[in-house]
Amino acid sequence: MAYKLIVNGQPHTVDVPEGTPLLWVVRDVLGLHGTKYGCGMALCGCCTVHINGEATRSCTTAIQNAAGKHITTLEGLSENGTHPIQIAWEEIDVPQCGYCQAGQMMSASALLARNPHPTDADIDAAMDGNICRCGTYLRIRKAIHKAAEIAAKQQTKEPVAAAHS
Amino acid sequence: METTLVSRRSFLRASVIAGGGMMLAYYVEPLEKVLAAPQFGPPVTLLPASFITITPDGAITLIAKNPEIGQNIKVMLPMLIAEELDADWKAVKIEQADLIPAKYGAQIAGGSTATPSNWVPMRQLGAQCRAMLIAAAADNWGVPASECTTTPSRVHHEPSKRSASYGQLSTKAASMPVPDPKTLTMKDPKDYRIIGKNAANPDIKKIVTGKPVFGIDFTAPGMLYANYEKCPVFGGKVISANLDEVKAQPGIRHAFIVEPGPDPTALAGGVAIVADSWYQARHARDNVLKVVWDDGPTAAQGTDTYNATADDLAKKDPGQTLRKDGDVETAFSAPGAKVVEAAYSYPFLSHVPLEPQNCSASFKDGKLELWAPSQTPASGVAQTAKALGIDQKDVTLHLTRIGGGFGRRLTNDYMVEAASIAKQVGVPVKLLWTREQDMAHDFYRPAGYHYLKGAVDSSGKLVAWRNHFVSFGENNRFAQSAGLGGEEFPSRFIPNFSQLASMMPSGVPMGAMRAPGSNAIAFVMQSFIDELAHAAGKDPLQFRLDLLSNTPLPMAPPPPGTPVAFAPVAFDGPRMKAVLETVGERSGWGKTKLPKDTGMGVAFHFSHRGYFAEVAQVQVIKETNLRVHKVWVVGDIGSVGAINPTAAENISQGAVIEGMSHVMGYEITIEKGRATQSNFHQYPPLRLTQAPKEIDVYFLKSDNPPTGLGEPALPPMPPAITNAIFAVTGKRIRSLPIANLGYSWA
Repeated sequence: MAYKLIVNGQPHTVDVPEGTPLLWVVRDVLGLHGTKYGCGMALCGCCTVHINGEATRSCTTAIQNAAGKHITTLEGLSENGTHPIQIAWEEIDVPQCGYCQAGQMMSASALLARNPHPTDADIDAAMDGNICRCGTYLRIRKAIHKAAEIAAKQQTKEPVAAAHS
Repeated sequence: METTLVSRRSFLRASVIAGGGMMLAYYVEPLEKVLAAPQFGPPVTLLPASFITITPDGAITLIAKNPEIGQNIKVMLPMLIAEELDADWKAVKIEQADLIPAKYGAQIAGGSTATPSNWVPMRQLGAQCRAMLIAAAADNWGVPASECTTTPSRVHHEPSKRSASYGQLSTKAASMPVPDPKTLTMKDPKDYRIIGKNAANPDIKKIVTGKPVFGIDFTAPGMLYANYEKCPVFGGKVISANLDEVKAQPGIRHAFIVEPGPDPTALAGGVAIVADSWYQARHARDNVLKVVWDDGPTAAQGTDTYNATADDLAKKDPGQTLRKDGDVETAFSAPGAKVVEAAYSYPFLSHVPLEPQNCSASFKDGKLELWAPSQTPASGVAQTAKALGIDQKDVTLHLTRIGGGFGRRLTNDYMVEAASIAKQVGVPVKLLWTREQDMAHDFYRPAGYHYLKGAVDSSGKLVAWRNHFVSFGENNRFAQSAGLGGEEFPSRFIPNFSQLASMMPSGVPMGAMRAPGSNAIAFVMQSFIDELAHAAGKDPLQFRLDLLSNTPLPMAPPPPGTPVAFAPVAFDGPRMKAVLETVGERSGWGKTKLPKDTGMGVAFHFSHRGYFAEVAQVQVIKETNLRVHKVWVVGDIGSVGAINPTAAENISQGAVIEGMSHVMGYEITIEKGRATQSNFHQYPPLRLTQAPKEIDVYFLKSDNPPTGLGEPALPPMPPAITNAIFAVTGKRIRSLPIANLGYSWA
């Protein structure tokens, strides 16, 4: 069946069976491999994308429920890796294997979009669903605080665009 | 004294390097001598041109030869080359090597061996290349090479005030003879510009922008996607399957039975479903595929029977004696002796790297091309070529970035499967397991049982220790990673010591998991030492320092015929004392006023040549609700400490977090011959909210060659936590995971 999607600002029409998870449409039909598969049951957070600006697990989002909405993947978070989260992730040297980090960054960027100055408790609540098997959690937390700082500095120059909300 | 050559380190089979079949049981300093031993196949002469390319514009490309699993070896090995090359690090680009052992030597991620085995060879390559650049300049200028020096990426002749860039010299340098590395002088460590400084992850930009760098991300034109279903009971076989019904599903191109290979750990039999997209294959497997399995004999086995058998075996005479010193029975009955008896146990564990097992393969005109996230690619190629009946030289393997190894990817079942499927379908195929298949088909960290009895004398000295270790194995050979060596600490440090073992057969496939053996043994040893410390009325840290101060008894001679390269490494008491004292200081042990509900636990362990001591500060709320507030890690990994400090800190913190997962929630139970737990809801890794806010990592430099860091920070963490729980509550934990005992994270 044909579904119309808006992914990273671009319109697409995909022909997949009803019920196909958005994760696999993004990866195997649209060829965007940043979003990852870790569990298929919304337990690990690797598959996190934004749907209308909200962090959402794409492995349990059926394609028909994503149709017509604004979907943002890691590839669409910024033009050239310039989102404060991406800059902070590089500055703090967050990844070990790196596999979970797309999901981590998508959850973190959604948090920052709605809460520009998150506390540790805010970070706990937003990031609890994202597993890091390698254990980079201390750096993830540090990088979110750093990204908030970077975004605040940028704000004095220009507003930070919320991702397609 | 008897010792056994089969040890918990036996995961690093020689077959991973040269297609042989030996087991690497022990190793001596330096490790590159071990890997150069004839058992590992013909030695490879590494050439600078294989690893270093300098173009006339001065750009330097360095080859990173090993699989990258998150340990950041991809930058570390090039750092070693660049240092002795005296390269301008800003001009360096790094490229991942394909598998070409004849060119690159050993290409493995395992055993924390990369640092000790490459510390010399990689630096030698850099030094050789630098010498060739100097020779080129000296020849151009008609001056002796001995009068030339270098600054980053430049050769200088001070007397004549001439200099040239590496770029300018590159073409000529490439034609100079490669000098014997033994004639070259390496840098004085105090002159290091690159080693010991933070280096950026070469893939960081790709990772933060979602570029397709992992095995699971590979694509090729015309590629199909496969799922492979095996019997959930270990060792089971396919009798029949409803292949026609599966093939009738949308997008399904092929469905066929694959027979088990001669080595079922390389290729277990199963049903392959090949489709236009992975989700179609997965959907058919979940909803349509029906397989009639011959479950086989393992179907009768389970954790309950293993537990009962262990208790049974513990009551009988042990099957073998691993080591015996003095007379434990007399020491137990000596007047004034305080005796402690305890039974410890830990479960099977699954590795659960976050990227599920996968491999892509293309078989065309008798030649195989692979894109594999593997920790032992050479071994994989050997197994795969054998399974397909082709020559290894007809196999090309590209190493992808790997979403976590932890020892799971030391085995290459996914590679043999992908290749077998690709051979059948004739187009490129990406094989991807589901998470459930990943947890159902692991080479699990073995469960184990220790039946201990120990005594301290009237002065509080640890004088007797008896351990009847019950494990898995047959015919006095331990199963993979299920062993215990006679020299395992506290062996040799206690005058009356008896290390005994019994074993039971099991159909569960077992294998190495991060710090194999150690990741479980440290929990037992450091907990029981803690029990004896408390029995002696001594401070747990001081008790350990006293124990480490004993003059150790001699090592047992290795069995006759053991090659020199495989003689055991002796536990070095003073090195462990030093890290233990340091962690005591850094944590404020015994000096910090803590609230009544908070306590500290200490533990140490020697593994993979590293000496690590750790302290955990744990708050216990309402008896069973835990918060680990802070952890201190002190490690001795030799004279350089952290080669790349940011990566060293990251991986050590990660080891602590993994240890916390082992303590609280990781457990694989076996029921009817299969793993019970299927996904993360039943096998919970630690979450960000549960992680300590601070993990302090410190490297104590010692006058020893640099050694590895992937593993040795993990083993002390579980006992440090359970010892802290005892300090607060007086409750001694003797089995993992503690969620089974009612504990949870706050």
